[in-house]
Amino acid sequence: MKYVLMFIETEQFAQQLEAMGELEQAQAYEAVGRWFADNAEVITHHTHLAPVHTATTMRLDGAEPVVTDGPFMEGKEVVSGFAEIEVADLDQALKVARSWPACPIVEIRPVS
Amino acid sequence: MTGPADPPADGLPDGSADGELGEQPGRAGAALDGDSGRVLARVLREHAGRLAASLISLLGDFSAAEDLVQDAVETALRRWPVEGIPERPQAWLYTVARRRGLDVLRRESNYRAKLAQLHWPEPQAADDRLRLIFTCCHPALAPQARIALTLRVVCGLSTGQIAAAFVVPETTVARRITRAKKKIGQAGIPYRVPAAEELPERLRSVLAVIYLLFNEGYLSSSPERAQARDLVDDAEWLAALLAGLAPAEPEVAGLLALIRLHRARGPARFDAEGRLVLLADQDRSRWDRHAIEQAVALLTRAARAHRRPGPYQLQAAIAACHAEAVSFEQTDWAQILVLYDMLAHLAPSPVTRLHRAIALRHVHGAAAALAEVDELERDLAGYALWHATRAELLRELGQAERARACDERALKLTTNPAQQALLVERLAWS
Repeated sequence: MKYVLMFIETEQFAQQLEAMGELEQAQAYEAVGRWFADNAEVITHHTHLAPVHTATTMRLDGAEPVVTDGPFMEGKEVVSGFAEIEVADLDQALKVARSWPACPIVEIRPVS
Repeated sequence: MTGPADPPADGLPDGSADGELGEQPGRAGAALDGDSGRVLARVLREHAGRLAASLISLLGDFSAAEDLVQDAVETALRRWPVEGIPERPQAWLYTVARRRGLDVLRRESNYRAKLAQLHWPEPQAADDRLRLIFTCCHPALAPQARIALTLRVVCGLSTGQIAAAFVVPETTVARRITRAKKKIGQAGIPYRVPAAEELPERLRSVLAVIYLLFNEGYLSSSPERAQARDLVDDAEWLAALLAGLAPAEPEVAGLLALIRLHRARGPARFDAEGRLVLLADQDRSRWDRHAIEQAVALLTRAARAHRRPGPYQLQAAIAACHAEAVSFEQTDWAQILVLYDMLAHLAPSPVTRLHRAIALRHVHGAAAALAEVDELERDLAGYALWHATRAELLRELGQAERARACDERALKLTTNPAQQALLVERLAWS
């Protein structure tokens, strides 16, 4: 089955990352790189999104399309990237997600 | 095919009734009354899970297999009380489920191949039911859905019975089950026992479901009954099943011992009028000493062999202290306090602290206990037992007026009839 792992950042995590020294930051990025390498067999696709302040939302349910600045839902927790994986079942998807070394929340959704 | 023990020969929906496989809430929820109901519940508990497991293996579809079983179970709930329990109830259930299964399979192109495999399975490896429990208690399902699904799929209860046990509308239970079954299929929740490295964590979720069943059965929140005996039966049965399958997990043994210790003391918990009797006033000669010894032996074996204490083993150890005391006065409160300290450390919760305070009262006195209890106000102000405990301590400290107010508050907060009766009596005397 295919699943999308959505990586979700929190304000606290972003602050922690910013407060890190150069070496610590490099180590954090290295851990993420290693995770992608370790799971290369099951990862079919992945993307890192630009920061949330670059988001633009268009609402099409009114008479005229409305363009606004920011994500569709204002929140302290934002999707920062995603990976598509192909594994046998949810337990395997959970196993892959469990070892994710960066942002603190991962939403796992099957691709229908 | 005419005797009362025969499965329904016909009258089963024909193959066009696709929609029949959906939820069928409460068609026979109220049928489980009296002695025949009790036998029926036991038979279903023994066989419904096994039947579901074998059909899931065969069809490879959790939801369809579960619908077939539920349909068979509800047919049984309707017919057995009227026609008598068949001689081989499991075969009866299987025949009904198989007929419905044939309807499903006929619609599939490869039905002939599957038809050939369709026969009453040899006694399944217990593993099969274990797989079923782990699927129903998967952490990706909402906690309440886990309980409902386990009761329905593993224990064979109808949505009506589950709704009655947990005092929620039947439509709510049906919706939870439907949603959970959909998620199992669509999210790819596997039908298997988790791998060894996941087992401890996944076992926690299963034990939590069994523990909740036991608690609900032990002191039901249902206003109709003080005790929902069937749920305690189910909880003990599930715990015993799990203990047989995961003998290396001391917490499973701990939970089983806990349930059995409480059951062994059950006969003394209510008086002839069905009123709750407090531990101090219970007739200890009515406790099942043999069952207590066995449960304590089970607990001791698990603790010695594994040396991995956990919340269930500790609660069982506390229950064992009470069960082994010859009289209330000879209860080893110092030991109980130590066990509560460990429990509060391993699984901190306000309710655990409240129980610990009761032990504290017997070791260090009412004033110390009251100070501890008062600290829990923010967490437990809506909990009847918090007010009832304060009432007892205040009364002991000579503050009768404040004690009365606490008892009155407790009475407003409990829905359990036996607890209510006890509080009414206490208010009348004080």
